[in-house]
Amino acid sequence: MDTKRTVFPSQGLPYLLVAPQLIITLIFFIWPAGQAIKSSFEREDPFGLSTSFVGLQHYARLFQEPAYLASIGRTALFALAVTLISMGLALVLAVAVNRLIRGGTAYSTMLLWPYAVSPVVAGILWWFIFNSSTGILPYMLEFVGVDWNHQLNGAQAMILIIIAASWKQISYNFLFFLAGLQSVPQSLNEAAAIDGAGPFKRFWTIVFPLLSPTTFFLMIVNLNYTMFDTFGVVDATTAGGPNQATNILVYKVYSDGYIGLNLGSSSAQSVILMLFVIVLTVIQFRYVERRVQY
Amino acid sequence: MVENRPWLTVLTHLVLICGVLMVAFPVYISIIAATHGPTALTSGRMPLLPGGELWNNVVEVLTRQQRGAAPYWLMTWNSLLMAISITLGKIAISIISAYAIVYFRFPGRVLAFWMIFITLMLPVEVRIIPTFAVVANLGLLNSYLGLTIPLIASATATFLFRQFFMTIPDELMEAARVDGAGPIKFFRDILLPLSRTNIAALCVILFIYGWIQYLWPLLVTTDPNYYTLMMGVKRLAAAQEADPQWNTIMAAVVMAMLPPVLIVIFMQRLFVKGLVETEK
Repeated sequence: MDTKRTVFPSQGLPYLLVAPQLIITLIFFIWPAGQAIKSSFEREDPFGLSTSFVGLQHYARLFQEPAYLASIGRTALFALAVTLISMGLALVLAVAVNRLIRGGTAYSTMLLWPYAVSPVVAGILWWFIFNSSTGILPYMLEFVGVDWNHQLNGAQAMILIIIAASWKQISYNFLFFLAGLQSVPQSLNEAAAIDGAGPFKRFWTIVFPLLSPTTFFLMIVNLNYTMFDTFGVVDATTAGGPNQATNILVYKVYSDGYIGLNLGSSSAQSVILMLFVIVLTVIQFRYVERRVQY
Repeated sequence: MVENRPWLTVLTHLVLICGVLMVAFPVYISIIAATHGPTALTSGRMPLLPGGELWNNVVEVLTRQQRGAAPYWLMTWNSLLMAISITLGKIAISIISAYAIVYFRFPGRVLAFWMIFITLMLPVEVRIIPTFAVVANLGLLNSYLGLTIPLIASATATFLFRQFFMTIPDELMEAARVDGAGPIKFFRDILLPLSRTNIAALCVILFIYGWIQYLWPLLVTTDPNYYTLMMGVKRLAAAQEADPQWNTIMAAVVMAMLPPVLIVIFMQRLFVKGLVETEK
């Protein structure tokens, strides 16, 4: 890792400069993570007076528990659906804005602002729209014969959180796709046009392959988003229900640990989630070409 | 544009208008709900055009005391304080640690860098209980310090400043040293002014980040005096079964999401710069 050619002579100063960041990191990040790993191998007695080492018991039990395995499947479905929907729509919109000579900025502004809406507010907004007694969409769905009630119907509850989570993520994906599109050399497009390739053919054979670093980067970021940042969406809409149908992993850690006070199992779940983030982060930093220009 | 295809341009605008409508739809509905009286929304058919009750609803949100919740102005103040403290805190500690890592060579430098990097892999969501325990043991539950300090470590901001410092010509620092400037003077008089745009862009991103925090305040506050807006509107919405005041709930929600949305709209250039740079 590089520094400058010449550096300041160091006595105590550099340590003083990194100290605040490192102290906070140690106390609030590394120490708790260590605690989570430690208590995932331990069992606490009901009064919290003593703990005993139980090895991999919590993990073994987790992977036999149908509720946990179902939660993994559900999380995978949720993550894939949100990633595909929000990236797909964002790509279409970014391609459209990129084609425009005038007015692109105005459209961008109107597409970017949901980034600033918090997941919990996004949840509330869609929950209001889908509310079975007053919401506008159930009222319209009734005309096509759909009886919408996400408080009873698990599949509909899942659709609700997928819509809410995708809606919020479109703006982020849009911004990065647009940045990626703008760095595709225009000369390639022109050459292909002269050779007679139409706009759709040009997109699929030239632009889309050149976008693949952006696409890959966004895939990782979106998986990360759906797995961890959607807590607010779930909490505001379904709270994991009905009957566990939307209890994704990050919500389960919270509800088992903070509400259900099942510390050993919650810690083991935390550790498993940590492994997920570590893998995603390593992939992001090792293999993703981050050459985005705007 | 490579060639002129009018129908494709029409299609482009059509796609974009659909996109804008789709993105705006839920917010439009909630704004409409916020402009009606309490009966219009419970009658079973949601009106699609604005009513005239917006002002009354806003006044009601601002003045009505909810059971078990803080007054709206206090939650707004808490959110604002939290967002601003997190923004300033993150920028302050990140810029000085990036400075130490780039402009000094000291034993433990690489270790420090990796420890900062590790924070990326440990979001609050994966260490809820133990972090809560640490904050409780330090006596920081229900306090502004507890709301902000644990969130101000920032790998992304540190990387951003490190990246930026690496692009500053070495000669600048050498010249400053020849002229007798020490590390603190160089930082204050040369590096800080040069980092102005980066700091501004980061401010926009981090303010939004601080404002939309939900899980962390939910964990560390039980005293309504420390509730933030995001928690407050969630509680309001959850209470609707007993008391379906949809018009005021939606007015409260719209007001709570407005500040960061306005920042994105009016500071779009800085916002885009901040977002793109922090991901590099």
